[in-house]
Amino acid sequence: MKSTLKLALGLASAIFASTAVSNVAHAEDLTLCWAAWDPANALVELSKDFTKQTGIGMKFEFVPWTNYADRFLNELNSHGKLCDLIIGDSQWIGGAAENGHYVKLNDFFDKEHISMDDFVPATVVGYSEWPKNTPNYWALPAMGDVVGWTYRKDWFSKPELQKEFKEKYGWELGPPKTYDQLMQIAEFFQKRQIDGKTVYGASIYTERGSEGITMGVTNVLYDYGFDYQNPKKAYEMQGFVNSADAAKGLEFYKKLYDCCTPPGSSNVYMGESADAFKSGQVALHMNFAFTWPGLYKDEKVGGDKIGFFANPAGPKGHFAQLGGQGISVVSYSDKQESALKYIKWFANKDVQAKWWALGGYSCLNAVVNDPKFPSSQPYASTFLESMAIVKDFWAEPSYATLLQAMQKRVHDYVVADKGTAQEALDSLVKDWTQTFQDDGKM
Amino acid sequence: MLDRTADNVARATPEPLAKKIRGISDKGLAWLFISPTILLLLAINIFPLFWAIYLSFTNYRANRPNEVVKNLGLANYQRILGDQDIWIAMQTTAHFVFWTILLQTVIGFTLAWLIDRKFRGHAFWTTVILVPMMLSPAVVGNFWRFLYEPQIGLFSYVVSFVTGIPPTNVQMLSNVELAPWSIIIVDTWMWTPYVMLICLAGLRSIPEYIYEAAEVDRASNWRQFWSITLPMALPFIMLAVLFRGIENFKMFDMVNLLTGGGPGSTTEVASITLKRQAFESWRTGYSSAFAIILFVAVFGLANIYVKALNKVKQR
Repeated sequence: MKSTLKLALGLASAIFASTAVSNVAHAEDLTLCWAAWDPANALVELSKDFTKQTGIGMKFEFVPWTNYADRFLNELNSHGKLCDLIIGDSQWIGGAAENGHYVKLNDFFDKEHISMDDFVPATVVGYSEWPKNTPNYWALPAMGDVVGWTYRKDWFSKPELQKEFKEKYGWELGPPKTYDQLMQIAEFFQKRQIDGKTVYGASIYTERGSEGITMGVTNVLYDYGFDYQNPKKAYEMQGFVNSADAAKGLEFYKKLYDCCTPPGSSNVYMGESADAFKSGQVALHMNFAFTWPGLYKDEKVGGDKIGFFANPAGPKGHFAQLGGQGISVVSYSDKQESALKYIKWFANKDVQAKWWALGGYSCLNAVVNDPKFPSSQPYASTFLESMAIVKDFWAEPSYATLLQAMQKRVHDYVVADKGTAQEALDSLVKDWTQTFQDDGKM
Repeated sequence: MLDRTADNVARATPEPLAKKIRGISDKGLAWLFISPTILLLLAINIFPLFWAIYLSFTNYRANRPNEVVKNLGLANYQRILGDQDIWIAMQTTAHFVFWTILLQTVIGFTLAWLIDRKFRGHAFWTTVILVPMMLSPAVVGNFWRFLYEPQIGLFSYVVSFVTGIPPTNVQMLSNVELAPWSIIIVDTWMWTPYVMLICLAGLRSIPEYIYEAAEVDRASNWRQFWSITLPMALPFIMLAVLFRGIENFKMFDMVNLLTGGGPGSTTEVASITLKRQAFESWRTGYSSAFAIILFVAVFGLANIYVKALNKVKQR
């Protein structure tokens, strides 16, 4: 009887001890929050190395893009402890810094000898700094991204189409260098029969609900002379946001939408745009660079059939809309020490090289400036070229209000045909002025 | 026998407990039972309402908890009532409410009248007609989005077949003229059965002897319909209109799923504007003021309507 009792006690102790040990292990698990997309899967794969090295487990909270901002900004605003690490959108940085959602990383970077000079400058300004262009760092550049274009290389190389195009427009059918050329290509392919199927010119961003049409139209606006404010006087927008040149840029985007997009393209963002390309509907496809690895691997439209090019130049400049994000430590997390360990590990050159190899876009100079980098993937040189010309939307704490105003004004004009381009931009200036006045900045 | 049992129970009850039970009056006992419900109601309905009223006079933003909250007086209300975009959203809402109610009432009453004929298989057809309202709005919104798809949608092909217009030109959700109608069609499809059910209850409540008396008086079918059926079913029809009116005034799910308020702001009803201001622009004080204005508008209109309904019932 005694031995049975001892055995039972021993077993109970063993079970208790093992449970306690596993609880300790779980207590150290870090939760990383990000959008649900291809690079997130690559990060899961990459993070296995971190767990191997440190014994710290990784959990992931990925939310689809359409709910990404709502979900995680709610989480941060309510001081939630769900996320220990967050890969937040570049425009959140101002609000997250001013409202104390992110841990300031300057001291940590100094201590661990992580230098922001080692990262692509545009990504440091875009993803890490607040206020912009000051050495106050709230994130480590994690995922470089930029809007660019893909095209159907196989269609472009059809001799009969090349001949017809040359006769019609007087130049060789190929990746466009200017917006006029892009329009001509889109017009040429619109409603054309290729391999027995009706195809269309271009798929561009037109989404209304979150940020889609803004992320699309800004590519053209920047190149036509749009600026967010007077470079010499902050928040002075009159004549910069609504200049005659900017209005011409907006008119161009509407013309492209009206003439050359597939039917029913009034609410297109990343997913829908990629789908239009993957299903063989369009000759040109605007999207963030993160979609390129997946499209290149696609059996139907990838490989030799796909080509990549950077945003074309406009009459007043050559820019591309910045995407991408930095990784931050959430100030409400109880596991900040472990979270910082992850950031230190992630900043490592070998880890960054593997990150690129797995499908993530590294922002580390040592990776992207490697002589082998441009030939490492078919889209690598286009990515580099695009990252050199980036410009970003407001990153002010009121970015969401500013964004919604732009979504409304631009969508009303481009898709719903309301008013003129000039009226749309004039209204935008009024909306933005009101927002900055509410914030006490004007 | 029963009195004796009660006496026995009373005598057997320990004195302190008996005192306690005797101490609670019937009214007290009633309050005791309903107090959990009242507390719950206060916590999840009344308190948020008063809190929203308070916030509507401030510049509070839920995404900036550390900022000082300033009292703005009536500034939020003034700004909303002077905002042209808000009035456009209200017009869109009114357009949507008017047409959905009109169509649902006409079709719903017609269906109820037909079902009330009790033809062979009417029970089966009643069930079939009720199916749309049993579905989740999320499911309905998503599958109608596919049906409206210009390149693969069945709806576009049916319209194309009937009218000869190429299906890719039938762009229900992206065309400024058609987008509001695309939502009206889906809402009518989904909620006409609900109106039909209420109307059917009204038709079935009309006593048969009234029709028999009308037959004796040689009243025609048309005369019977105008003098008996419609007046006696009218309170039920009005009730259905009230329910649908309130629901459609705050319609959100279907619009959000089908068009998201677009193209542009063509289908941006008041609830979509409210959601954008509250949870995308994070203007909590401003959106609280807008919510209060909407609440007062619905409450006021519903009250006027209920008075009219009572008058009709009294006739």
